[in-house]
Amino acid sequence: MPYLRVENLYKIFGPDPKRAIPMIKEGTSKEDILDRIGCTVAVNDNSFEVEQGETFVVMGLSGSGKSTLLRLLNRLIEPTAGDVWIDDINVTNATAEELKVLRRDKTSMVFQHFGLLPHRTVSENVSFGLEIQGVDKEKRKEAAYRSIEQVGLRGYEESMTGELSGGMQQRVGLARALATDPEILLMDEAFSALDPLIRTEMQNELLDLQAEMQKTIIFITHDLDEALKLGDRIVIMKDGRIEQVGTSEDILTNPASDYVAAFVQNVDRSRIITAQAIMFDHPERLVSAKDGPGVAIRRMRKLGIESLPVTDSEKRFKGLIHIDDAVGLQRQEKRTLDEAIDKEVPTCSPDTAVSELLPLVWDSHLPVSVVGDDGKLKGVVTRTSIIAEITGPEHNGLMDGKGEEVDNA
Amino acid sequence: MPELIDIGYGVEVAVEWLDATLGPVFDFISMVLDALMTVFENALLFSPDIVMIVLLSALAWYIAGRGVGVFSLIGLSLIASMGYWENTMVTLAQVATSAIVALSLGVPIGIWASRNSIVHATVRPVLDFMQTMPAFVYLIPAVLFFQLGAVPGVVATVIFSMPPAVRLTNLGIRQVDEEVVEAARSFGSTDKQLLFKVQLPLATPTILAGVNQTIMLGLSMVVIAAMIGAGGVGGDVYRGITQMNLGLGFEAGIAIVILAIFLDRITQALGASSQKET
Repeated sequence: MPYLRVENLYKIFGPDPKRAIPMIKEGTSKEDILDRIGCTVAVNDNSFEVEQGETFVVMGLSGSGKSTLLRLLNRLIEPTAGDVWIDDINVTNATAEELKVLRRDKTSMVFQHFGLLPHRTVSENVSFGLEIQGVDKEKRKEAAYRSIEQVGLRGYEESMTGELSGGMQQRVGLARALATDPEILLMDEAFSALDPLIRTEMQNELLDLQAEMQKTIIFITHDLDEALKLGDRIVIMKDGRIEQVGTSEDILTNPASDYVAAFVQNVDRSRIITAQAIMFDHPERLVSAKDGPGVAIRRMRKLGIESLPVTDSEKRFKGLIHIDDAVGLQRQEKRTLDEAIDKEVPTCSPDTAVSELLPLVWDSHLPVSVVGDDGKLKGVVTRTSIIAEITGPEHNGLMDGKGEEVDNA
Repeated sequence: MPELIDIGYGVEVAVEWLDATLGPVFDFISMVLDALMTVFENALLFSPDIVMIVLLSALAWYIAGRGVGVFSLIGLSLIASMGYWENTMVTLAQVATSAIVALSLGVPIGIWASRNSIVHATVRPVLDFMQTMPAFVYLIPAVLFFQLGAVPGVVATVIFSMPPAVRLTNLGIRQVDEEVVEAARSFGSTDKQLLFKVQLPLATPTILAGVNQTIMLGLSMVVIAAMIGAGGVGGDVYRGITQMNLGLGFEAGIAIVILAIFLDRITQALGASSQKET
């Protein structure tokens, strides 16, 4: 069961919000509703599910309702209609007491402008959540020091927050959120106020922390690159509506609407698209060592290529066989390819981004073999498809043409 | 145009009715204020003036720095050597009493107004009224309810000096960064925790500016209250006016100015030091 569920959630600001909902359902536009009854539709019929341990990024421009959506999840803003479920708690119907417990035990929030208490030290800020819960002083200090170390601020425990740079202040914000050991982190444009270098650093740090912690993260951003970098899945919002939910690759390769397509067209695809997405994995694209030189030569001739990846009988990758070596083996009447396998060949994992593949093929004409963590061959990426991917989809008929190959390696 | 509406008569009737029905309540208030004032007066006049001057100057030095300390030493000595020490301390006791009452009413009302927009909308015009009504007018009902003397003076002073405490408390709390408030709520703060751990500490510099205003307005009103027999150094000014005695009026005036500067610098320094911490 998903950890967080949002079902038909609405937030409408204005004098008579309930009246706006039937109007929305009839298809009245946001502008007309504002004109006719003075209500602003901030979040419009949103539904999605988030799994435990997932980083779920909500992406939208300002005014798209993304920050409101985040605040509906822990009811800092009261929803107009719909339901939010966290675990088995219905947040929208929770009593004040249940809501307090939920906020104390399950969720934490990180804010765009940090939301720190300027009259307190770093460790007093970080232990705020525990203080609210009534944890005693020694224990909360201990927990605070631990999470301060986690975010790399060791040595600053007793500094005042005003003495720290923006990036460091946001680390304090992050440490404060982690100190209560929540299950869900709600991050509202957490890195948007930081300058680009620090932002990248914080993104990487969050990815590292997340690899360790496996929290459920809801991350709000207006920056598509940030969304693509951090999100396991991304939801794109426009005018309070969800335009698309999907993985980075889904969104880049299959935009659900013109809006999303326009949005993603300037993205550096080579950083997002992975080897897995452009590799060839047809069974004819490889050869087993015991198949012998005859099979290898036939397949290479048929495909018009000069090298083939070789596996053992369990499909574990062994190396490449080149056409001239295969012909040599055949002359010597060898039955297997074992003697002539070239082991000094480029390989990558299925998750390697295309941009990282380029150096591998830069001064070699060999294809890159895609090898999984288990050592098994998953497929092969040719130079041609890497270069075609980097130059852009409009020059590229290969994207969805897995297996139908005419390229020369 | 003939006089069509007689509000003045209505107010008179209302005040008389209040006096008749709430007499015991006013007696009680009168007793409490009188007791408070006596405590302050006794404390200020308990030790010889020299000792008190040194104590007050040391306090000023400690809170507001050397300059204010030195000024206080010279200024307070001048007051004593002109022969106004006792009356000045009586005035100071009245200011302290009315400030304590005004703040203990004004700050909670300010907090309430900051959290409730209906209260805010109700309190605002009342405050405007309280501040713009000529100060002398408060003296009349004060006398009707509390007779002549220091107590009605303090009552009128409380009414006159309370608005800034309410206003600046309300403002200070409303000015606290919305994100900080959201952060506190997102960690599950109760309203009380939010108020005491976040809003009040962050509003302290603004609230202290209100305290300063209340005390300064209080001092000016206590002087006016001499007209209804509140005594103190204001009484000397009033005698100076009625007897056309310029020397007396001027000397008493200087004593008030010195006291005003003393109070102002100390309360401002309190606000500034709390600002530095945040």
